[in-house]
Amino acid sequence: MIRFENVSVTYDGVAEPTLRDVDFTVPEGELVLLAGPSGVGKSTLLGAVSGLVPHFTGGVLRGRVTVAGRDTRTHKPRELADVVGTVGQDPLSHFVTDTVEDELAYGMESLGLPPAVMRRRVEETLDLLGLAGLRDRPLATLSGGQQQRVAIGSVLTPHPRVLVLDEPTSALDPAAAEEVLAVLLRLVHDLGTTVLLAEHRLERVLQYADQVALLPAAGAAPLLGAPADVMAVSPVFPPVVDLGRLAGWSPLPLTVRDARRRAADLRERLAAVASSPSSPSAPSASSAASSASPAEARSLGVRRGGVQALRDVSLTVAPGETIALMGRNGAGKSTLLNAFVGLVVPSAGTVRVGGAVPHRTSPRDLVRRVGLVPQEPRDLLYADTVAAECAAADRDARATPGACRALVSELLPGIADDTHPRDLSEGQRLTLALAVVLAARPPLLLLDEPTRGLDYAAKARLVAVLRGLAAAGHAIVLATHDVELAAELAHRVVLLAEGEVIADGPTAEVVVSSPSFAPQVTKILAPQEWLTVAQVRRALR
Amino acid sequence: MADRRSQPQLHPGAWWLWALGLGAAATRTTNPLLLGLLLTVSAYVVTVCRPDTPWSRSYSAFLKLALAVLVVRLVFVVVLGSPIPGTHVLVTLPEVPLPHWAQGIRLGGAVTAEGLLFALYDGLRLATLLVCVGAANALASPSRLLKALPGALYETGVAVVVALTFAPNLIADVHRLRAARRLRGRPDRGLRGLLQVGLPVLEGALERSVALAAAMDARGYGRTADVPAPVRRTTAVLTLGGLLGVCAGTYGLLTAAGGTYGLPVLLAGAVAALAGLRLGGRRSARTRYRPDRWTPRACLTAASGVAVAALLIMAATADPAALNPGVVPLTAPALPLWPAAAVLVALLPAFVHKEPS
Repeated sequence: MIRFENVSVTYDGVAEPTLRDVDFTVPEGELVLLAGPSGVGKSTLLGAVSGLVPHFTGGVLRGRVTVAGRDTRTHKPRELADVVGTVGQDPLSHFVTDTVEDELAYGMESLGLPPAVMRRRVEETLDLLGLAGLRDRPLATLSGGQQQRVAIGSVLTPHPRVLVLDEPTSALDPAAAEEVLAVLLRLVHDLGTTVLLAEHRLERVLQYADQVALLPAAGAAPLLGAPADVMAVSPVFPPVVDLGRLAGWSPLPLTVRDARRRAADLRERLAAVASSPSSPSAPSASSAASSASPAEARSLGVRRGGVQALRDVSLTVAPGETIALMGRNGAGKSTLLNAFVGLVVPSAGTVRVGGAVPHRTSPRDLVRRVGLVPQEPRDLLYADTVAAECAAADRDARATPGACRALVSELLPGIADDTHPRDLSEGQRLTLALAVVLAARPPLLLLDEPTRGLDYAAKARLVAVLRGLAAAGHAIVLATHDVELAAELAHRVVLLAEGEVIADGPTAEVVVSSPSFAPQVTKILAPQEWLTVAQVRRALR
Repeated sequence: MADRRSQPQLHPGAWWLWALGLGAAATRTTNPLLLGLLLTVSAYVVTVCRPDTPWSRSYSAFLKLALAVLVVRLVFVVVLGSPIPGTHVLVTLPEVPLPHWAQGIRLGGAVTAEGLLFALYDGLRLATLLVCVGAANALASPSRLLKALPGALYETGVAVVVALTFAPNLIADVHRLRAARRLRGRPDRGLRGLLQVGLPVLEGALERSVALAAAMDARGYGRTADVPAPVRRTTAVLTLGGLLGVCAGTYGLLTAAGGTYGLPVLLAGAVAALAGLRLGGRRSARTRYRPDRWTPRACLTAASGVAVAALLIMAATADPAALNPGVVPLTAPALPLWPAAAVLVALLPAFVHKEPS
């Protein structure tokens, strides 16, 4: 269905080709997962299928890409629109119209399908994706998972034979991700659609893939094969594969179910060596006066635009403690973080950060008490170069000149002074924003969705950095959908739903009992309460 | 859940014609009672008929804008004085002496009841016009109206729709980036803050447009059908010739000498241009999903608006005194009966907009 013949892509102004010697075929009706570290050209490869590379992005494509027998060299993206449906990372930037129903019809209108066919397909797609109740809703009012489903629906209505998706679940909470993947699976099974998708969070997708195409490193030739075979050599792998490698299982398990069946003797060994897992122990709960705590919210309520975003939330953060805020998209996680930095004003209750009321404190004083790395770290960066950014951060924080640059060198070795922040990778940009925030040495550090778009290596580096900060006494609060990250880092997990705290306790207790928030290792080794592969590795040593 | 679209919405053109008819009627009168009646009628229809979309909430914004226009008009009269000769002095402000080159401009001085009243009538007329445009916005969003454009203008229409959805995104970006300044320890208020986020906001907007352009391209935007060369040439000739004809005809109508050829040339030009547009539509292979139709109810709605405009124009020529009550000497305006009845015709859509269930 999709055929790459000796394809290499070189962008203008870049010496090395981004893709080299790509030569494989995706058969009809398969779900193929494209895996690999950041920056190896996954998006470029996906773009080549829809013809956007090179027709839209520029650059030179050597070799030949054919989709359903059409050569992308002679067919522009718009002429492939009836066979390829493409959904990018951000569904909002994909929408042309403003309501769900119009958006579903847009692609068919461009192709000139007869009105009766359009009407029927819109109704079918609404049912297929469970969107019937939302048909008149403006797109901007939908949740992340709903938007992603509409985006998929909007490319499905012309009945493409190939669907190309770039990180369809990155921005979604675990339940919404399941929802989107269930739809994709149904398309593959029932309609015989060929799906090619790239995803960093392999633990969510790997079990559904028929084949995995691995791009091991920038410019390296891809490897296509059965998921278990590819995972045996892959530099990126989900926790279930990590555990399988640790236990020496062959073939490697790809699903929690596979792994559980083989894990009986591992569970026995673990029960023998350690009576209870050494979970990240919380710092000794100090009975210090509450004024000394880095952050405290008492029966906090926030109303925004007629919606009760937070209701009666009480939370105290102790020094050196790491808290993971979890919950659905729109549960109020970001609002709570914003309340701690004074970006939203509470409508009820109080919030204190290091004894001060955030929204009444001047920004200059506030940065010394609390730092927030927003969901889009780029929002924090203004300057043209890393060096200028660091100098500005030192001035803003009234720190000794060079303090921020020293932090950058420590967290992110090998970044040149004159690099433009835009040219950094997602992970590097996040680390730069973190360094900028840390220049003021705030005792409380807040991170909103820090692992979005990060590969496993970048995530591991971030975990190491944050552990170091927590050990140095920084209190850390992170809002995240990434259960594996929470399991690695957090001492405590706070679950939010509809603006209310529905669970608050040690990580092991909270996540173990929840089917959607439990990490893979927990599911495999239940009823023992292990959270991460690292814990198991330490126990077995 | 009952599906709202099972109740098809009226053609957006009908609502715009209705609202513009009311607006045109408002320009014919300064009688505050008639203007008040127009405002009430339009507000009633909006409350009854408006759909539940973000656009329909723009009505209150237009109301505020209209109020602001009225207030500004009054403030100008108080500060700069009014050309209306009046005898009822309400208050005398200290007059600022101006140099001789500013002759004819006055700052401060006497504020008369007549001047204020005249300004109030005049401002109210403008405010009513604005509220009528707001009503059209609330009842049928401009983007729905653009969808009804002929095929040849479709691509322009999409560009306008995209631009319309862009403004709210841009404002959201400005808010987000100004908030981010606070996180850097910089003041998040004030003009400087706004200027410093300018570049990142523009960068973001540009990136979003590029992403949208890519998405639209991949979804088949701009696919064209093959059109034989003679048709293409005819299209070009008709469109260009028609537009030239329209220009020449308008010129003829406006100059004294061209009274005879003006109208025919204008009409011929318009017909040729329309034919060109229609032929040009063949190039686009697009079809329409659930196009809005001119149902009898839509026609009634549009006709009621046009009727109000026509009746008030007639009334204004027949009885100008009733529609433009004098302010010198001060008199209470009276409600002219049959123009008032004519305004009530605009209530028709409120009663016909729903199918009898």
